[in-house]
Amino acid sequence: MAAVATCGAGAGGTESMAAATSKSNVTSFQRRGPRARGTDSGGPRLVSIAGTRPSVRNGQLLVSTGLPALDQLLGGGLAVGTVLLVEEDKYSIYSPLLFKYFLAEGIINGHTLLVASAKEDPADILQELPAPLLDDSCKKEFDEDVCNKKPESDIKMKIAWRYQLSPKMEVGPVTSSRFGHYYDVSKRIPRELIETSKWHGFFLPEKMSSADKVECCSLTPGYMKLLHFIQNIIYEEGFDGSNPQKKQRNILRIGIQSLGLPLWGDDVCCSENCDSSHSLSKFLYILRGLLRTSLSACIITMPTHLIQNKAIIARVTNLSDTVVALESFVGSERETNPLYKDYHGLIHIRQIPRLNNLICDESDVKDLAFKLKRKLFTIEDKVLYK
Amino acid sequence: MKGMHLPDIRMLLQGASPRSSEMFPELNNLLNTTPDKAEQGKLTLLCDARTDGSFLVHHFLSFYLKANCKVCFVALLQSFSHYNIVAQKLGVSLAAARERGQLVFLEGLKSSVDVFFQAQEDPHPLQFLREASAGNLQPLYEFVREALTPADNGAAAWRCPVLLVDDLSVLLSLGMGAVAVLDFVHYCRATVCCELKGNMVALVHDSGDAEDEENNTLLIGLSHQSHLILRTEGLATGFCKDVHGQLRILWRRPSQSTARRDRSLTFQYKIQDKNVSFFARGMSPAIL
Repeated sequence: MAAVATCGAGAGGTESMAAATSKSNVTSFQRRGPRARGTDSGGPRLVSIAGTRPSVRNGQLLVSTGLPALDQLLGGGLAVGTVLLVEEDKYSIYSPLLFKYFLAEGIINGHTLLVASAKEDPADILQELPAPLLDDSCKKEFDEDVCNKKPESDIKMKIAWRYQLSPKMEVGPVTSSRFGHYYDVSKRIPRELIETSKWHGFFLPEKMSSADKVECCSLTPGYMKLLHFIQNIIYEEGFDGSNPQKKQRNILRIGIQSLGLPLWGDDVCCSENCDSSHSLSKFLYILRGLLRTSLSACIITMPTHLIQNKAIIARVTNLSDTVVALESFVGSERETNPLYKDYHGLIHIRQIPRLNNLICDESDVKDLAFKLKRKLFTIEDKVLYK
Repeated sequence: MKGMHLPDIRMLLQGASPRSSEMFPELNNLLNTTPDKAEQGKLTLLCDARTDGSFLVHHFLSFYLKANCKVCFVALLQSFSHYNIVAQKLGVSLAAARERGQLVFLEGLKSSVDVFFQAQEDPHPLQFLREASAGNLQPLYEFVREALTPADNGAAAWRCPVLLVDDLSVLLSLGMGAVAVLDFVHYCRATVCCELKGNMVALVHDSGDAEDEENNTLLIGLSHQSHLILRTEGLATGFCKDVHGQLRILWRRPSQSTARRDRSLTFQYKIQDKNVSFFARGMSPAIL
């Protein structure tokens, strides 16, 4: 991926030349250099996209996972162009929540969504998204924006001082300036928000019924169709910058629910020696290739507790960027353990990527527990000794 | 204490501060090598267990580019800009090297998308992604051979060819068997190390207790063929902020009998923004 903004650094010139010769010029990894602030001196301007912010460490573009506590643990957010793999908890109680937070955050920020599932209709998933919690100052602009279809340039937006100098961009129906929002799980997201948002659904039973031939290449047909679907959206809507008609400056949020289930046609959860053992890892590799060359971020939930072949879990982890595992206390002996009585489960940060860097933003605290109250999903350092 | 016979260790313990523009000078000291006197005809195996050993890949990439070698980098794991940005911290520009013909870069992630979604006319190095059953890596080998065989104009522009692979375990995940990958390494070694008198460096993950038989076969097979093995391991005691892991260096002579003991050294390391510092076990500056 070549850098969009050429900065003052010496190699900036050759990089932009290399960018011109390579096919796709869009990247999420933008250098933050001294000359990169909005002025027209040499090189294209950094365009700020709603719902993103540059990483403090290396200027990489980040999006919120929808859970500010998790954003903090991941070093500020999820890098655009990467995969967040969530290892599901045993009865799939809390991992769907992370999935929904991610999608809801996309709707609030006006991102385009792509929701893929083999067991639930994406339209239903979207109906069940949690409602955002907005404090009063944000609520006012929220109402204003829902009423106004076209924002006037003199509407006073309360924005963080950092963004005040950025150029005005095309805003979606909802503009909330904060990075990362809180959600009320007991309430549903307002219908108007879903209706005005842009989303694409991939419901496997519907897609598999169509009889078009897909070239066989050792991927299970379900994964093949999903990859083609994703690639089509990315190309058609210009998220990879290769379509000259489309000037897309928005993020595509992809959510894939319960990848690896037998419903996808994959037997990785059924037996230890599965026939299509490379299907899942090949899918992840190609998906990551698509993500790296486009302005998108992806969350995948996977029932790894069902996968019996540990080698596959290791390979899947190596092929993902950020890996987070949820372990709920439901049904386990820890449920009655007085140490854990305040919490609903443990959250393990299994892997954080080193992107454009030798080091990564590893947090010092490794023992993390989470609890879900109606309004807040908090992640805390386990207090073992009171 | 292990390692005290190397005179460079004393310099390390006295806290010499390396210039950050020279890849990992401390690692060069440990390996007793500099870009000027890089050896030839060697296979180096990089291996990581329970940790991320990619910093070694960045080291060797910038090392060989500084040594004026022609490098073919089969980069399967990350994008070009990732390696480029890290290489710039180590004082090398991959984009410039690519432009002057010193670096041939195969960007696996980007190429995989090209080859997967569109049928290519010529055999693509990653052609196996389109195949239904496990094939072989011959197109990839042909790509490497073409990249590193010097042009017929007689004048040697670069010092010696180097093949760098990050990493071989990804090939297993993509459906190749361990035997196919070992064959690929064998062919590359025959061409790059023996025929062209160059070097080869490859990274393989050690899956440890994940019972990945194919990976173990690959790792053991490569270990026997390597001249130098650098093995990074996460600490057995778990995460530590000041010591990121342990590096074991093993010098081997694959062609000779094992009657003579191979030399090995073990160090602990900490990765920083532009450098990796090494210290003897238990001698981390944070603890002393």
